[in-house]
Amino acid sequence: MLLLYLLRRLVQAIPTLLGVAILMFLFVRALPGDPARLYAGLDATPAEVTAVRERFGLDRSLPAQFGLYLGSLARGELGRSFRSDRPITELLERHFRATLTLSLIAIALAMIVGVGLGVIAAVRRGSLTDLGVTIGSILGISAPSFFVGILLIYVFAVQWRLFPVAGSLTWSGMVLPAVTLAAGAIGTVARFTRSSLLEVMGEDFVRTARAKGIHPRTVLRKHVLKNALIPVITITGLQFGFLLSGAVIVETVFNFPGLGWLLIQSIEARDYPVIQALMLVFSVQFVLINLLADVLYAAVDPRISYG
Amino acid sequence: MAEVASSAKPDARVAPRRRSAFRRLLRHPSGSLGLFLSLLFVALAVVGPYLTPFDADRQNYLKLNQAPSAEHWLGTDQFGRDTFSRVLAGARTSIGIGVAAKLLGALVGGVWGLWSGYAGSWVDAVSMRLVDVLLAFPGLLLAIGLIAITGPGVGPVIVASAVFGVPIFARLVRGSVLGAKERVFIEAARGLGAGHVRIMFGHLLPAVIAPVIVYATLRIGVTMLVAAGLSFLGLGVQPPTAEWGSMLSQAQLYLRLDPWMAFAPGIAITLAVLGFNLLGDGLRDVLDPTLRA
Repeated sequence: MLLLYLLRRLVQAIPTLLGVAILMFLFVRALPGDPARLYAGLDATPAEVTAVRERFGLDRSLPAQFGLYLGSLARGELGRSFRSDRPITELLERHFRATLTLSLIAIALAMIVGVGLGVIAAVRRGSLTDLGVTIGSILGISAPSFFVGILLIYVFAVQWRLFPVAGSLTWSGMVLPAVTLAAGAIGTVARFTRSSLLEVMGEDFVRTARAKGIHPRTVLRKHVLKNALIPVITITGLQFGFLLSGAVIVETVFNFPGLGWLLIQSIEARDYPVIQALMLVFSVQFVLINLLADVLYAAVDPRISYG
Repeated sequence: MAEVASSAKPDARVAPRRRSAFRRLLRHPSGSLGLFLSLLFVALAVVGPYLTPFDADRQNYLKLNQAPSAEHWLGTDQFGRDTFSRVLAGARTSIGIGVAAKLLGALVGGVWGLWSGYAGSWVDAVSMRLVDVLLAFPGLLLAIGLIAITGPGVGPVIVASAVFGVPIFARLVRGSVLGAKERVFIEAARGLGAGHVRIMFGHLLPAVIAPVIVYATLRIGVTMLVAAGLSFLGLGVQPPTAEWGSMLSQAQLYLRLDPWMAFAPGIAITLAVLGFNLLGDGLRDVLDPTLRA
């Protein structure tokens, strides 16, 4: 049943992904100048440009070109970077691991710290702790990640020298970037957890459970949390999708060699094939993560029919 | 007599409700703080550039990277420019771009949603697919992609940050229009011979605009973050123009020497975004309790 639902959602995502492919196909054609020139590189000879034009079928009609583009996508070919003249898939693999590791740590932080703070705030509603969490989360949402990152660098790398200034794929090099990336998501998850918990705590079945004399902690764990955390899953899933793109700024702040960093480098170098491939990868990831969040939501909530 | 009474009645009902919504916002603790901060920053955007103690662009090579002092309240930057003056001057660029982008996004997305929802059938189906495609790009990505085509600058950054909001507004307005267009007053307008444009803008738009305004306020903060983020990445406003995002990116290079160069624009943008976020939350609580999250 769930598998069928997953399959149906995947099929529903196809038009969107096809649209993304069309948009990315048009992206390079929207650039000022001749795409063959852009693909061939800025210092290519006329003969090389002609060769590229024939190789990519750029002398054919737009629909035919799009067919070729889709065909190469289906074979997993994303072209070559004209800055490094290496296959883009190779470049992506290397940088993808960095971004994925960073995002996974950040989303784990957001889940644990965000849900934890939200639960504490809701249980102690109206207390100073609650106020502190509320203010902290709205600040986390409002502060731009590049400022959070710079502040963390200043305090923990410049003043206290606990962590390196630049990020890297080592444990100490990942702490500051991961916390920076998680800051906004922690705020969002904490706020959402708090209000979801408060809503469930006002339900009749919670009052009934309390009236039956069940220990308040058991009520919280078995009756409140179980129901309140279901929507939190969706929010966290959405946050995960945004984390992957938030990585563009965080990776730039920390000079961390992930996909976002690669994107900004490629824009500066006008490496259009890489930009095109990265935009495609980012959006496909985003669509798939949102889809997974939906499916997960359906899987944990028995009330949802797979409609 | 009866006519007077019936025509006066709705007015009497509407007027106090509006007043009380505003009063409720003032009594809403975080909402009123948000209103205060937002008004303060909008005022700064208008008059800030005239209040600067120094010319924000004047370089002074005798006073590079100074710490805060009585003369330079927030110190000076790597060209000896007064940081306080640059933060004040940057208010206009940063807030102006955020508000302009939000208005543009709400306008384009609003008209799109209005048209899509009103036209229905295949127009609606195709245009909502397009909205799905635009929404498939997370956060900044669409904006970055656009700027990769156009190149950096104030104009591109406004358009790119606006594009970010267009599909969201299109979907929001389209949803409200679907409900509103079946109502009797639309049928009445059509019966009276009103054309499509008149029905869309004269009758449907007023019926669906309230949530759009709330949502637009709610999203000004996010839009400012996107715009400042683009400038931070070097894709938006270019130096030497004072803008908070690009000031922060410059300041990162001098963090050890001159942290105030980073603190000042960072705190300014955080407070401005905080103000708009709190105002948006407050408005939502006051105007539409069902949306509370």
